[in-house]
Amino acid sequence: MAILVNEKTKIVVQGATGHQGQFHSKRMKEYGSQIVGGVTPGKGGQMMGDIPIYDTVEEAGADASILFVPARMMKDAALEAISNGLSPVVCITEHVPVQDAMFIMEYAKDHGADVVGPNTPGLISPGKALLGILPPHIFKEGSVGLVSRSGTLTYEIIDEMTKGDIGQSTALGIGGDPVIGMDFISALERFEADKDTKAMVMIGEIGGDAEERAAEFIREHVSKPVVSYIAGRTAPPGKRMGHAGAVISGSSGTAEAKIEALNAVDVPVATMPNEVPELLREML
Amino acid sequence: MVSKIGVEVIIMKLLEYEAKDIFVEYGIPTSTGYVLEDVDNLKAILYKMGLPVVLKAQVLVGGRGKAGGIKFANTEEEAVQKAQEILNMKIKDLPVKKLLVNKPSQIEKELYVGFVVDRNKKKMTLLASTEGGVDIEQVAATAPDKIQRLDIDPIIGIQEFQCREVARRLGYAGKELRSLATIIYKLGRIMHDKDAELIEINPLAVTPEGFEALDAKLIIDDNSLYRQTEFKKDVKDTQEYTDIEKSAMEAGLAYVELDGDVGIIGCGAGLVMASLDVVNHYGGKPANFLDIGGGANAENMKKALEIITMKKGLKSIFINIFGGITRCDEIANGILDFKPSVPVYVRMMGTNEKEAKEILNKAGYELYQSMQEAAKAAVKGA
Repeated sequence: MAILVNEKTKIVVQGATGHQGQFHSKRMKEYGSQIVGGVTPGKGGQMMGDIPIYDTVEEAGADASILFVPARMMKDAALEAISNGLSPVVCITEHVPVQDAMFIMEYAKDHGADVVGPNTPGLISPGKALLGILPPHIFKEGSVGLVSRSGTLTYEIIDEMTKGDIGQSTALGIGGDPVIGMDFISALERFEADKDTKAMVMIGEIGGDAEERAAEFIREHVSKPVVSYIAGRTAPPGKRMGHAGAVISGSSGTAEAKIEALNAVDVPVATMPNEVPELLREML
Repeated sequence: MVSKIGVEVIIMKLLEYEAKDIFVEYGIPTSTGYVLEDVDNLKAILYKMGLPVVLKAQVLVGGRGKAGGIKFANTEEEAVQKAQEILNMKIKDLPVKKLLVNKPSQIEKELYVGFVVDRNKKKMTLLASTEGGVDIEQVAATAPDKIQRLDIDPIIGIQEFQCREVARRLGYAGKELRSLATIIYKLGRIMHDKDAELIEINPLAVTPEGFEALDAKLIIDDNSLYRQTEFKKDVKDTQEYTDIEKSAMEAGLAYVELDGDVGIIGCGAGLVMASLDVVNHYGGKPANFLDIGGGANAENMKKALEIITMKKGLKSIFINIFGGITRCDEIANGILDFKPSVPVYVRMMGTNEKEAKEILNKAGYELYQSMQEAAKAAVKGA
C-alpha cells in the first residue's frame, strides 16, 4: 500500500499540452502511472504521443488530477477537477493568488476532495506511481512515509535515505505557500493508517505554526516513529526566504519554536539533512 | 513551482496615504490630507488646511510613532521645522521620503479593525477590538477576550449581517452600530476586491463627527498583481529593500541580504535555507540567501553570481544544486561565464552532472558530491 496514489490510480493531466505538462506527462507515464488523458480546452481529440487529449475533465474518466495550468487559470481548473469528484487534485503551479487558493480549499472541503499544493512538487509512491515532478530515480520502494514543505530539500533528504538503503512508501510535497490543501497533519494521519508505512519523516521550515500543530497531533494520534528536519535555523526575521510562506513574523514561525515543540513530543530533529537516515535507523 | 525565472518577488505593501485613497474610494471615513516630499509647499498647504496639523512619516515599517515619525505642530514655524526633521529621519534604517499632513482629530476612543489570511483555517478572518491604538498581537496576548473574530466563507464572501453581529458584540447599538458595521463590511470588500493579504485600521477613532480611520495598512498579494494592475510599481520605488535586493528582484531572483561573508546560491527555497544552516553549523556566516529556482539556465546563474558579488566583503561562494528540472551543465557554463573573484565551492547533483563536472574540472574547479563537504570547504575558504 501507499497513500493517495498507487499503480491503479487513473490520472488526468490538466494543462498537459504546455511545455511542463508534456514533459511531465511523459515522465509520469514512463514511471508506470496510469495517465488516462490530458485536458487542454480547445485541443480535444488530439493525441500527445499515446496520451489522448480532451477538452474537459468530465470526458477523461480519471480518479485523480495533476495540474500544470498557469496560476491565473488554477482556480477554474481545480474547481473543474473537484466538481467531477476527482481526488487527489495536485496543483503544481506556483504563484496562485491566495484568495483563489482559499476558494479552492473551501470547495474541496465541501466535496471531500484532497488538494495537494499549490506550489508543490506533488507526490510519489515509489515503484507504483508518480503524481508530480519529483525526480523518480532517487526514490526507492520501502516503508518510510515522507511529508515536506520544500521540493529540492526533499530530494536532498530522499537521496540520503535511498543511499542509506531506507526506502519510502509515499513521499508528499505539501507546498510552500501560506494557504495549501493537505498539510502535515492530514499526511501524518494517512501514514499512521497505512499498513505499509512504518515510520515518517516530516520536513518543515520557518513560517507559520504548521510544525507546532503537527507536534500536537503527533502527541495525540501518532504511534509510529517520526523524525524531522527544519530548514531556516539561521533565517532573519521579517524576510521571506523564497517560499511565500517562509517568513518569521515577529517572534512566531522561528525554527527554534518548531524544534522545541517537536522535541517535546519525542520527535528528533536533525541538525543537518544528512543526519535523517541515522535518526530513522535509531527509531526503527 | 512551474513558473519560475522572471517572476517578481515583491511584498506589495502600501503606504498609509495610498491605502487611505482606497478607503475614500470605498467610502470609509478618513482624512486624506496632503502628501509632501519636501517642505517647499508646506506653507501653502497650511494656509488651506489651517492649524494645528499632524505630520506623519510615510514608511512601510512599524513603530513609526515611537521612532518620532509622527509630530504635532501648532504654528507655521513649528510645522516647517518638524516636517523637515521627519523628512531627514531614518526609521529602522529606511529614509523617510514622504510626509502626510493631516488635521488632528478629536479622539474619544480608539478601536481596531482588520482582516488577515488565517493560513490554518484557510480563510480570511476579521479581527475587531475596542482596544485600538496598540499592537493587536499585544491585545491578543494580554486580553484575548477583547478581540472579536469572524471567519469569512471564501465562497460566499463577507455578508453585511455578519458585520452587524460583530458591531453589536463590540458593544455598539443604534446609528453607531450601523456605521461601524458598514465600515467593517467595506474593509472586507477591499480585502477581497484588491486581493489583499492584510488590511488594518488601527486606530479606528471615535470622534464627535463619527468614526474615522486614522491610520491604514494594506498589503496586496503579489501573486495577484497580474489582475491588480493598479498596484504594479517600479521596484526602485519600494523603500524596504537594499540596492542588491532590488537588482535581484529586477532579475526575478529570490534574494535576501544577510550580514556574513559566504555567498550562497542554490535551487529551491528549502535547499537554500538548509545551505545557510549548514554553513552556519560549520562556523561560517552566510552573506545572502539566493534561490535561482527550478530550471535555471547559464544566464540565470551568471546573473545570480553578479548579484551576490555586489555585496562588499564577500570571501567565498557556495553553490548548491540538486538538479531535477535544473540542468547541471547549464549551471556550470553560467559559472564559467562570470569568473568570480573569490573562491567558489560547487556541489552539484542530478541531470547532466557528468557534463557539468567535465566543464568545471577543465576550468580548475573542484566539484563536491555532498552539501556538507562543500559547505565545510566554503567556510574554510572564507
